[in-house]
Amino acid sequence: MVFKMSDIIAAISTPPGQGGVGIVRISGDGSLGIMKKVFSECPEDPAPRHVYFGHVVDPDKTGPEAVIDEAVFIYMKAPHSYTCEDVVEIQAHGGPVGMKKILRTVIRNGARLAEPGEFTKLAFMNGRLDLTQAEAVMDIISAKTDLPYTIAESQLEGSLGRRIREIRQGLLDVLAQMAVNIDFPDEDIEEMEYDAFVSDVSREKENIVSLINSAPAGRITREGVKVAIVGSPNAGKSSLLNGLLGEERAIVTDVPGTTRDTIQEMMDVGGMPVILEDTAGIRDTQDQVEQIGIDRSRKALERADVVLFVVDGSRPLSDEDREIARAIRECGKEERTITILNKEDLSALSGEADIGEILDDPRVIQTSLLEGKYLDISVEKVSQEIERMIFAGTGSQIPSAVVTSERQLDALERACEQADSAVRMLRAGEALEICELGVHSAYDILGEVIGEEAGDQILDAVFSRFCLGK
Amino acid sequence: MRITDDLSEYSFMGDFDTIVIGAGHAGCEAGLISARMGMKTLMLSMNLEAVAMMPCNPSIGGTGKGHLVCEVDALGGEMGINIDKTFIQSKMLNTSKGPAVHSLRAQADKNRYHLEMKKTIEDQENLFLKQAEVTDLIINDDGAVCGVVTKAMARYSCRTAVMATGTFLGGKIFIGDAAYSGGPSGLAASDELADNLYREGFPLRRFKTGTPARMLGRSLDYSKMKVQHGDDQIVPFSFMNEGRDIGGNRADCWLSYTNEDTHKIILDNIHRSAMYSGNITGVGPRYCPSIEDKVSRFRDRKRHQLFVEPEGLDTDEMYIQGMSTSLPEDVQESFYHTIPGLEHGEIVRPAYAIEYDCIDPLSLRPSLESKRVKNLFCAGQFNGSSGYEEAAAQGIIAGINSARKIQGMDPLVLRRDQAYIGVLIDDLVTKGTDEPYRILTSRAEYRLLLRQDNADQRLTPIGYAYGSVSQERYEKYLRKQQRISDEVDRLKHKRIDMASMQEFLREIGAPESRDNPCFFDLLKRPEVRYDYLERVDDETRPRLTRNEITEIEVEIKYAGYIEKQRSNVKKLRQMENRRLPENIDYGSIRGLRLEAVEKLNRIRPETVGQASRISGVNPADVNVLLIYLEKESRSRKVKGNDRPEADRCRD
Repeated sequence: MVFKMSDIIAAISTPPGQGGVGIVRISGDGSLGIMKKVFSECPEDPAPRHVYFGHVVDPDKTGPEAVIDEAVFIYMKAPHSYTCEDVVEIQAHGGPVGMKKILRTVIRNGARLAEPGEFTKLAFMNGRLDLTQAEAVMDIISAKTDLPYTIAESQLEGSLGRRIREIRQGLLDVLAQMAVNIDFPDEDIEEMEYDAFVSDVSREKENIVSLINSAPAGRITREGVKVAIVGSPNAGKSSLLNGLLGEERAIVTDVPGTTRDTIQEMMDVGGMPVILEDTAGIRDTQDQVEQIGIDRSRKALERADVVLFVVDGSRPLSDEDREIARAIRECGKEERTITILNKEDLSALSGEADIGEILDDPRVIQTSLLEGKYLDISVEKVSQEIERMIFAGTGSQIPSAVVTSERQLDALERACEQADSAVRMLRAGEALEICELGVHSAYDILGEVIGEEAGDQILDAVFSRFCLGK
Repeated sequence: MRITDDLSEYSFMGDFDTIVIGAGHAGCEAGLISARMGMKTLMLSMNLEAVAMMPCNPSIGGTGKGHLVCEVDALGGEMGINIDKTFIQSKMLNTSKGPAVHSLRAQADKNRYHLEMKKTIEDQENLFLKQAEVTDLIINDDGAVCGVVTKAMARYSCRTAVMATGTFLGGKIFIGDAAYSGGPSGLAASDELADNLYREGFPLRRFKTGTPARMLGRSLDYSKMKVQHGDDQIVPFSFMNEGRDIGGNRADCWLSYTNEDTHKIILDNIHRSAMYSGNITGVGPRYCPSIEDKVSRFRDRKRHQLFVEPEGLDTDEMYIQGMSTSLPEDVQESFYHTIPGLEHGEIVRPAYAIEYDCIDPLSLRPSLESKRVKNLFCAGQFNGSSGYEEAAAQGIIAGINSARKIQGMDPLVLRRDQAYIGVLIDDLVTKGTDEPYRILTSRAEYRLLLRQDNADQRLTPIGYAYGSVSQERYEKYLRKQQRISDEVDRLKHKRIDMASMQEFLREIGAPESRDNPCFFDLLKRPEVRYDYLERVDDETRPRLTRNEITEIEVEIKYAGYIEKQRSNVKKLRQMENRRLPENIDYGSIRGLRLEAVEKLNRIRPETVGQASRISGVNPADVNVLLIYLEKESRSRKVKGNDRPEADRCRD
């Protein structure tokens, strides 16, 4: 017997971070069905192991809005695949943001997020990997799966955990009331009106929605942290970008104004996707091409979560530095700005004191970006500072792996969907035990997020709250 | 005791396939089904007046419990048939909710319930009922039970035994400061057996429960209480009675309330309650607290409700439901007398609390066989449950599995998606319990699948395959299924003309339809009931029983939800089918977390599914177990020179 999952599972199977090409892998009966929904040029009956070109689209949208990415896919028919099930691999442009969009679309259309190591597990269970690999497979599963648990534990103390627990408590109150009405119909306890259930469940659903929208981990996983690198021409912005990315991406020259366009790059900061935008210097210019770049820089500044302000420390503050500082203040990004005082070996400026003239209470990192030995240190400092800034005040910690946050978001969205279906059932006046299903699922799914095991909490609540018994 | 001990002082009194110890609700089901499966069965009870005795509430069924009774019935058990013979009032609870939680409850005539069950046992071929107090088990060199000895120095030998000792085992009664050895309802406790089980090393512990006073009916003032009638249309518990008239209600129940005077007396005397003075060490059930518990825990409540229920037609004793207590008799009398209708109530049996020995059910297999002593099956309150229905449910499974063991066949283990019986037993043997366990529909994950109306559909074919269901019942079941599927077929093709249909919809107050659906599709609409269709149906419409109609309606109306639960069940099943070897050393499995190793070594689950439900075993541990099993099975095949499974699906 082939070990079959009744689910369709999906995951990004290329390593996290930037790559030329990324792969989303889908496995299970019905993988092709999903492709027919999300791939605009999916043939009715694709041939196994052929490459099909087209676009991944969001079937809920129409027109150009719907298009997520240009991609190819390959269909591997069961049992001739890694997992011995029907497998589809979508290959698209490899940025984490784009890959996640594809994955989410696939999940919304019928797949579920694969557990860590699940493809490998299936491959082994179905004889794709041989016996000598068994121990390795077990290591992979326990290692990979330990991670989300550790993270879940660390987040139990965080604000995300706290808010999820509050929502669960709200749902638990509803579940206890439903349970007592169903299991103790003879007791002297008022049966709650559906209207009251609707308002309670809707409230918790809204709380989940706001969590989805505002939780730093959630938003960042979807969109990445937007970091704008600003500074006067030749202050060292491109060197910083290259240093952070560890590759020669922007052209570094001594001629001011070399970077005429904004350059976007993804990087990983402790598992958190960061979108770096290197901008042209903000200054008055007659050069048409550079003017466009400068406009874009202002826009980048406006949408940035964190601003890296690079200042040339080898000379006194220039008008341009002041001009940029003003733009930062105007965009309200003062508290989200890290000033990088470059070329400190040639220092004419002395850190906080001087920068304090143009920005209130600045955070300053002094470094010399062109020298390799300083570069490593400053990159680390900058990364730490970004983390600190993004999660300041939220009490949250940065998830140690991208997939974990994706998992949380996935769970929150599923919980939201379940709560929503419960509200619809209640409004339609369905039987209580049917309305209960959605509330119960939402409660269980939120439990997964904070790593809490399903137990007897509902009955415990029933017995502690209501006076029951003969 | 051991087979090697000196047994010469005991006189040998007979050899049986199976000996059932106890003849309460668990023992009766175990004994009957064992005999019906062809086993020569001996039932030993300390007192034959205690056969199928109902020492607490005079009713069978209720939420979840009604489901259990239907399930026991569907497997060929007796409880449903017996209550159908002896009920005096019947009521379907939860009719304002959906069909999955409709629960039947009937007031029983206690004495007749006992007599009818006793007669059934007496009439049963292969079954021998005897009054005797078992004082010890005899265990052979193989660690298996092979006989019992009694207080009267008799010895019986057997191949399997069923423990169903109820609250008799080490029973101790508490009324105020008085505490003495005793079983329920003034009967003697079974202390010697308890001592010997301790000595044998069984993991015993103390649970407690309680019962309210009984009052003389003619001393009560019914004008001050609210009458509680039964249903007009009575639904039988037993499938065998489906479509038959089993008679009507013959008695009423009454509702009254406590008041602040009642509460004051209770609180003023709370130090005299055995529960509060610290005399009782046993753990009581949270869902069945004593009145002193309710009053002191929920101090803001101005009143608590109570029901006055008749104990039978041949007695004037009335059961005061909701008012169990371990306060002394004088206090009982004064607080009962503050209750409207009970002012001059004459107490004929005072309330008492009872503490008793039971085992930690984690020491049982899902088949209900003890892990410690082979061939010893356990059921009912001995396993830490409470309730007549919970006892019967375990009793029938213990009886079936004891017979299966003798036959050399695999045991019947019901899954959580198949039956409340499965939920009950799995909860007990996988999670254990810290209080007397009561079934609740909230404990079932697949509540929509586990309905009273489809209990026969879920379990009768299984019972038939396992040998517990008679040919007669099975054939009746097949005929019913045929009628249902014929009717569903007919409904799928039956249409009336558009105009008549619109008129029909108008009449029942439903919105008009754009197309002309068949009856099957019409039934999907929430407003349309099967009964309503009669007025537009024709002579091809069959005469179906209430239950058959419910089943058809539910499966059509809730198809979407039911389907969803069924598809979730598929996932569960795969795990349930992966068996874990008996002597696995979890400590040696790489990748398992320490907590999981500890729990798995202790509980020793039989399947991966069971392992996954142990608290402290997380999904990663489950995956590690799956890989481990696959690795082991492949290693065995490689050794056996089989073609390695790794080649199975290689291109």
